[in-house]
Amino acid sequence: MIQVVLPAHLRTLAHVGSEISIEVKGPVTQRSVLDAIESTYPMLRGTIRDHATHQRRPMVRFFVCEEDISHDSPDATLPDAVAAGAEPFFIVGAIAGG
Amino acid sequence: MSKVRVLVGTHKGAFVLTSDGKREKWDVSGPHFAGWEIYHLKGSPADPNRLYASQTSGWFGQIIQRSSDGGKTWETPGGGLKPTPGGMPTGESNKFAYDTSAATGKPLTTHQWYDGTQHPWEFKRVWHLEPSLTDPDTVYAGVEDAALFRTTDGATSWQEIAGLRGHGTGPKWQPGAGGLGLHTIILDPSNPQRIFIAISAAGAFRTDDGGATWRPINRGLRSEHIPDPTAETGHCVHHVAMHPKRPGVLFMQKHWDVMRSDDAGDQWREVSGNLPTDFGFVIDVHAHEPETIYVVPIKSDSEHFPIEGKLRVYRSRSGGNEWEPLTKGLPQNDCYVNVLRDAMAVDTLDSCGVYFGTTGGQVYASSDAGDNWSPIVSNLPAVFSVEVQTLQ
Repeated sequence: MIQVVLPAHLRTLAHVGSEISIEVKGPVTQRSVLDAIESTYPMLRGTIRDHATHQRRPMVRFFVCEEDISHDSPDATLPDAVAAGAEPFFIVGAIAGG
Repeated sequence: MSKVRVLVGTHKGAFVLTSDGKREKWDVSGPHFAGWEIYHLKGSPADPNRLYASQTSGWFGQIIQRSSDGGKTWETPGGGLKPTPGGMPTGESNKFAYDTSAATGKPLTTHQWYDGTQHPWEFKRVWHLEPSLTDPDTVYAGVEDAALFRTTDGATSWQEIAGLRGHGTGPKWQPGAGGLGLHTIILDPSNPQRIFIAISAAGAFRTDDGGATWRPINRGLRSEHIPDPTAETGHCVHHVAMHPKRPGVLFMQKHWDVMRSDDAGDQWREVSGNLPTDFGFVIDVHAHEPETIYVVPIKSDSEHFPIEGKLRVYRSRSGGNEWEPLTKGLPQNDCYVNVLRDAMAVDTLDSCGVYFGTTGGQVYASSDAGDNWSPIVSNLPAVFSVEVQTLQ
């Protein structure tokens, strides 16, 4: 199971705690992780990436293993530690005023 | 005993204020959706416990919330964890996809940008939600970039009413300072086929066939800040109001100028009269007196606060031109708040209540048609919108 840490506002929206566990079939990539999140928590569709284009929303970032992978290909394989559930996939709201 | 429910959208959440018919003691519920911008929330006239809210964030985009118990609990329609009958939840209650089909006849993909070039239509947020007068599951949504959407399944899914953008002037629309927003939707209670909408900065439009075709209704408007002051479109209309028993009479607060139409928008005339400034955002009509209207004059388009630091509602009992300041209970010194376009509403009790919210976080109420005012709450986040439900 992949461990995912959501930002606070999305936890509220999805009615979950800080960390969720999701099952990903096949290669573990940004795209497959996000597909699994949206399948399990439909209310999060459109909040992390665009409904139609699936582009990451500008002020959302993805971190794994202390690296910012926001600009990596969505189909790049994520580190083994994430696939094994040892390290979480962080979804982070960018720090900005508002 | 009658009750009043005031729905307040703010910069950082929604609040529900309730009182009995006396409107003296108020219960404050909220913040709902704390930390999110709530541009607008409104109840269904057909089922007052059915509420809809537009929840937005610069980080996470648009969410639509729905309540079936008067705002006590909320849900994202179709976005729950349990499968809906007939399949998995769609999670598309926040999906506002512009129509690009040939069904519009001439689908539009661009509008005018600030530099005069054409710019693709990009969905940003829902500014206004207008529930149907007869069906709790049907709601109209005015969005930025300007377009009109409709749901008929309780906000589970939305479809664009594409005829509005398809009628021909779309490429000339351009954003106002606050964006290219469709902010006003008025449903004609005497004619289900007629809808009025207004866009900043494009102007007012009307359909007489349920949304299939639209036409601009801006004749008589004069805007000195556009190349052709009397152009068919391009006017920065801030808000339009109508009394439900006189649907042919419309009142408009434009960027500058307060206007009136007696023929459903075919022709407008200025009724600013003796107002100290005719810039402003809100305008509304007394619930029982169709010729009594309210505005809150704001100093100018760059100085978004009342003149001389005095917060004054102006009332006309003659449908415009002759205005009187209403000041009792409102701050008359050092007040530099704004009152945004969707932040005034009236109740329908015998003694008409008038309500408005400020960017300083106050919601003021008058239970005597504006003669006396008092704050219901004083320290909310900046108020974006105020709607009122009169409950029996």
